[in-house]
Amino acid sequence: MAVTDVLRRVSALLGGVLGSLFAAGGARALDLPADSAEAMFHSYNGGGVTANGPALLVRKSIADRVSLSASYYVDSVSNASIDVVTTASPYKERRNEYTFGADYVYRDSQITFGVSSSKEPDYTANRYSLDISQETFGGMTTVSLGFTRGADQVGKHDAPEFADRATHWQYRVGVTQILTPRWIASANFEAIADDGYLGSPYRIARVFGAAVPERNPRTRSSRAMNFRVNGDLGSHDAIHLQYRYFWDTWAIKAHTVELGYSRYFGDKWLADTSLRYYRQGAALFYSDNALSETTYVSRNRQLSTFDSVGLGAKVAYTWRKVPGRYEVKLNGGYEYVRYKYSDFTDVRTGTPYGFNAGVLQLFVSATF
Amino acid sequence: MTRCLLAFTVLLTMLLGGCAIQPWVKPYERERLADPIMAFSRNTLPERHRDHVREVREGAHGATGVQGGGCGCN
Repeated sequence: MAVTDVLRRVSALLGGVLGSLFAAGGARALDLPADSAEAMFHSYNGGGVTANGPALLVRKSIADRVSLSASYYVDSVSNASIDVVTTASPYKERRNEYTFGADYVYRDSQITFGVSSSKEPDYTANRYSLDISQETFGGMTTVSLGFTRGADQVGKHDAPEFADRATHWQYRVGVTQILTPRWIASANFEAIADDGYLGSPYRIARVFGAAVPERNPRTRSSRAMNFRVNGDLGSHDAIHLQYRYFWDTWAIKAHTVELGYSRYFGDKWLADTSLRYYRQGAALFYSDNALSETTYVSRNRQLSTFDSVGLGAKVAYTWRKVPGRYEVKLNGGYEYVRYKYSDFTDVRTGTPYGFNAGVLQLFVSATF
Repeated sequence: MTRCLLAFTVLLTMLLGGCAIQPWVKPYERERLADPIMAFSRNTLPERHRDHVREVREGAHGATGVQGGGCGCN
């Protein structure tokens, strides 16, 4: 028997079983996410680091009540960043990530369950999440609640004696509100608790000019609030505004502001532009070169005082379209980002460090 | 006392009655909001990628509505 026959029979059997499971239920007001597929090549290049690879995602509904999704994501990293070249040797490694999700719709509610697993030679991360959203107030308001639990295993190259773990809990709540026939807004809040090894076994801190392994606290509690507004401007174009405030128990406070504009050109072309500004203050125990002995010390740039400005553009071209059946789009996006650090010195030059980065995305997206 | 309670209940009922706001954007008025350019999230993979790029370089994360996994942050 041909392999395709077997696959067809298994698929028909699965469809029948799942279909009968989920067919029972009341009338539905919410729509399931559309059946879709995405294939992407992504690339990041900046500060001596390149990370690129393919990514695939497929989403398919079963019995018009459950939508299943699966994705595969690859990051091939070549790292010669300033931390690496000043304290160790450049290296290459690969990260593979698999995700699986299931969305279930019942009347005005949607329940989403997701799992993901990410592996690289010295780091394994597993996540599972549950999200529930409820449409209310005549469909004008959507309230959502969610939870993610993560468990990581941290290792170190050529050091089998080093093995540690980290766990993460994320709790989120959000409201999306239709304001007028042309404006929609959302407010999201997320509380995150991290516990375990929260640093890098390779990273070096400086105390009195001497190199020492970094010492991070083993707990961190963070909060983030995000506000977004989208407005239709009436000429086949729209404006997007976003502000996020983040704070945590390591004393990092961060502001993110993003402004975007989208516009159709004819029936086939859609262009997006965005401008993003990010600014954060340093963690309590961050020091470029500590001049006193403290319990915790880090020279992780991610915890320093810095800002970044990103300018992005995206273009989507509708390649094939049969209304009611399928649509295929070709997409390309690029973002140029400038990072500028206030209290992280480039030890090679003695000046504050900064670098430029480019983020490229080329992808095909289809709905069917 | 009973009269006070009754008056309070009547007043509360009137106030709550006045607060009953009806949805003011009807389903047939939401055509523009259904356009993809008005969506907070359009494509999953590029958003997950951009979120990951930011998360491994910035101290802040969360509340973006993007579900990611893993680290790759050394």
